[in-house]
Amino acid sequence: MQIDTSINDFVIRLANVNGTGSASSNKMFANSIFKMGIPMTAKNIFPSNIQGLPTWYEIRVSDKNYLGRRDGIDIMVCLNPQSMEQDIANVRPGGYFMYDSTKFLQKDYIREDIHYLGVPMTDLCNKSFEDPRYRQLLKNMVYVGALTALLNIDQEVVKEIIHQEFKKKEKLIAPNELAVKLGVDYAMQNFKCPLPIRVEKRDLIGDSIVMDGNTACGLGAIYAGATVAAWYPITPSTSVVSAFEKYANKLRTDKATGAKKFAVVQAEDELSAIGIAIGANWNGARAFTSTSGPGLSLMNEFLGLAYFAEVPVVLIDVQRGGPSTGMPTRTQQSDIIMAAYASHGDTRHVLLFPCNPKECFEYTAYAFDLAERLQTPIIVMTDLDLGMNEHLSPPLKWDDNRKYDRGKVLNAVELEAISKWGRYLDIDGDGIPYRTIPGTHPTRGAYFTRGSSHDEFARYTEDSNEYVKSMDRLLLKWETAKELVYAPEIYRKKSVESVGLIFYGTTTYAALEAMDLLREEGIETDALRITAFPFRDSIKQFIDEHEILFVIEQNRDAQMKKIITTELEIDPKKLLSVLNYDGLPVSATFIQQSISKKLNEIHHPLTAINS
Amino acid sequence: MTYIKPRFHHPQLPVNKLGYTKKEYEGVVSTLCSGCGHDSISAAIVQACFEMNIQPHKVAKLSGIGCSSKTPAYFLSNSHGFNSVHGRMPSVATGAVLANRDLIYLGVSGDGDSASIGMGQFVHAIRRNLNMTYIVMNNGCYGLTKGQDSATADTGSINKSGMANPYQNIDLAGLALELGASFVARSFSGDKSQLIPLIKAAMSHHGFALIDVVSPCVTFNNNTGSTKSYDYVRHHMEAVGEFDYVPYESEIKVEYNEGEMIKVDMHDGSKIYLQKLGQDWDPFNRYSALNKLNESRVTGELLTGLIYLNENSRDLHDMNGTVPQPLNSLSETDLCPGSAVLEMINDEHR
Repeated sequence: MQIDTSINDFVIRLANVNGTGSASSNKMFANSIFKMGIPMTAKNIFPSNIQGLPTWYEIRVSDKNYLGRRDGIDIMVCLNPQSMEQDIANVRPGGYFMYDSTKFLQKDYIREDIHYLGVPMTDLCNKSFEDPRYRQLLKNMVYVGALTALLNIDQEVVKEIIHQEFKKKEKLIAPNELAVKLGVDYAMQNFKCPLPIRVEKRDLIGDSIVMDGNTACGLGAIYAGATVAAWYPITPSTSVVSAFEKYANKLRTDKATGAKKFAVVQAEDELSAIGIAIGANWNGARAFTSTSGPGLSLMNEFLGLAYFAEVPVVLIDVQRGGPSTGMPTRTQQSDIIMAAYASHGDTRHVLLFPCNPKECFEYTAYAFDLAERLQTPIIVMTDLDLGMNEHLSPPLKWDDNRKYDRGKVLNAVELEAISKWGRYLDIDGDGIPYRTIPGTHPTRGAYFTRGSSHDEFARYTEDSNEYVKSMDRLLLKWETAKELVYAPEIYRKKSVESVGLIFYGTTTYAALEAMDLLREEGIETDALRITAFPFRDSIKQFIDEHEILFVIEQNRDAQMKKIITTELEIDPKKLLSVLNYDGLPVSATFIQQSISKKLNEIHHPLTAINS
Repeated sequence: MTYIKPRFHHPQLPVNKLGYTKKEYEGVVSTLCSGCGHDSISAAIVQACFEMNIQPHKVAKLSGIGCSSKTPAYFLSNSHGFNSVHGRMPSVATGAVLANRDLIYLGVSGDGDSASIGMGQFVHAIRRNLNMTYIVMNNGCYGLTKGQDSATADTGSINKSGMANPYQNIDLAGLALELGASFVARSFSGDKSQLIPLIKAAMSHHGFALIDVVSPCVTFNNNTGSTKSYDYVRHHMEAVGEFDYVPYESEIKVEYNEGEMIKVDMHDGSKIYLQKLGQDWDPFNRYSALNKLNESRVTGELLTGLIYLNENSRDLHDMNGTVPQPLNSLSETDLCPGSAVLEMINDEHR
């Protein structure tokens, strides 16, 4: 049978039953690899359920710092009889399958081309623990122990992690250590440890952190000075506001009085959530909401109001599988078109696309500056993979000299100095008028904010010329926005290649790896990562420079491609699509194979037809 | 035509303690139908704010969509206003109240806006005891779309096209009481002597103050058989009691005999005097107030006045434990934890 040696380059998937306490064990296991100084990424593939359904945890270990998903599972650990048949089938030839050998494996589950690692987890636990709860929960730590022995993970590191995890529940340390030891001992006595697939200590982490994107977004809002957060619970965005609240309780509570320098409101629905955020921003506080697909659908009307009445607001959209309820616990980038043009009438919204937790933090913080500068909604587009999974990321950075950009807001003194103020009067020629906050001045600066058509002085009007003037000014403001949003990131070795890749958000990890895989095949590519909408001119330039372009997206309908071709007036035929929409984060292999196949069809059309 | 009123006024127009004339509390010319009850309510708001010596810029006016929601343009020109989307004023108001607890919030809505499309938001604003005055200009019909029945139209009430409403009506005052609103009143746009002090008391109240004001629609719902017509309301009104409002630091000119009137100290230092008309009703007891309201529904009378008051309730800021200064006045120094703290957070994730 095939035996591959592989150091620090493998994928391990753990198959568990939801609600059996596997999450914390799996996390401790992943953490032990991270603490060995090796780049790794862990993804939760979980059901929309609290207890009983199959759940998977997939860890990718990569010396080369490839943090996307890769196809092919090297080691599968399965504790779930429900998914076992599928799990065994998913192991790559030559790979390993670990299971609880307290019960015999069904005959038809035996594959000739993979290795079996039977560990009697239930048996070991029953012999060592009296408490039935421990017997169940600590099975997870038994396989963690066996894995650490098989993969050659430093036992001191494991110890440290257990102590860290249970520092507030000390009585749990000893049983967890014992369970790990049971696994280690069993593996040492029954298998040849370590396996040819294993880890070696490295020092490749540097100052990187491991964080989920939602926590980073919540922290971004804290640092940006958001004081009002309104939300309605929805997977996978719920933890954005939970993180905000957690850190706000810690960092924004008056030590002496216990009074809060913030307010979090769990709204009755998403309509109300964004209404609250808009009301607070209108009244001069920085406020935000976060949601996912169905919530974004509900927020459409209010987004149109904020666009037309020019009220700043920040929205974090953690995308999930749609349409409708779709796949609430799976990832997708499928809200792009809706977010870009949310609401009836002619509307368009500024979108930001972070690709890692560091950017989640930065982009969220900048979204508040942009929202107030541009007086319009700013939507930070993340997804379930980025938001809920923990990612290896450069550390979060904050410049203490940074001042919040509150945009064009007039205070009482400035209002006194102005002879004629109009809320929607474009003084500076950039399409951005001056606003006032309620309560600023006894006799100046009051106006009536409305979603109905208004003139430059905020008066209701149905005059066609006035209406067209205001709609055109909003377009001018859109032009200004182009210069304020992030520039795209361009990945280029030296000369301009003929093939260009375009991607955004969490596709980045896999796409960058796919570029390396393509290079190994002899296909050189350049790449551009979209970081914001509206598009800067450099995106058009990149497209013009390349003969063949691929837009890689995690949706069915090539949503970003559609926006690019429409907004930049590009022949849709020039942009080919690589689309992954199965709900799992896109893998590098999928991108590589799709591109390689397409290029083959282009360069050798006859072969492609005959094959 | 222009909708802007001339600014000049008679030099001897009376001024209030702040030196403002009533003009300073007015808005642009109303575009509602002449005789619309809503205009009377706007005038009552102007009068109440003028008499209370409120600084107009310390008021924020918010509304949804509909005839009623247009009115904030017709009063308090020196106050910021927000005409939001249909039925969603309560959420915008919630955000505004959270951002700055120092302003006075005046929400204006209609029966379509609050009892239908915005019912969810109305209910939850009460649940959070948002510190605001919430006036429903209730005419039982959709005026802007030409007179369809609304959810507050009484069962059997006949609309302009002669059709009797077959559905149950939603009583917003009753609903607010049921939900635990801390100030529940009902009035009639044609009864200024009752409405003005009620508005004053509501604006002085700490917490959510609902005034459900029956405000006839002269164009679409003022016909015979309509229970929201001027004639019908005038003949079926029953005030729960005499009511007076005395602002903070004002001299009390009327002497009330003990036992006849109940004095209530409002949160902002003002006082209200209530005279009970019946022994069967206690305005400080929610169940008693509900009872009284339900009885009036059976007898077909329109109960008006201050129906229920709880001046000791905790509003949203009290429940949240917000700092005393407005959140919108906090600066970077108050809000941003800085790079050293961020480095500690990074460390927790290594």
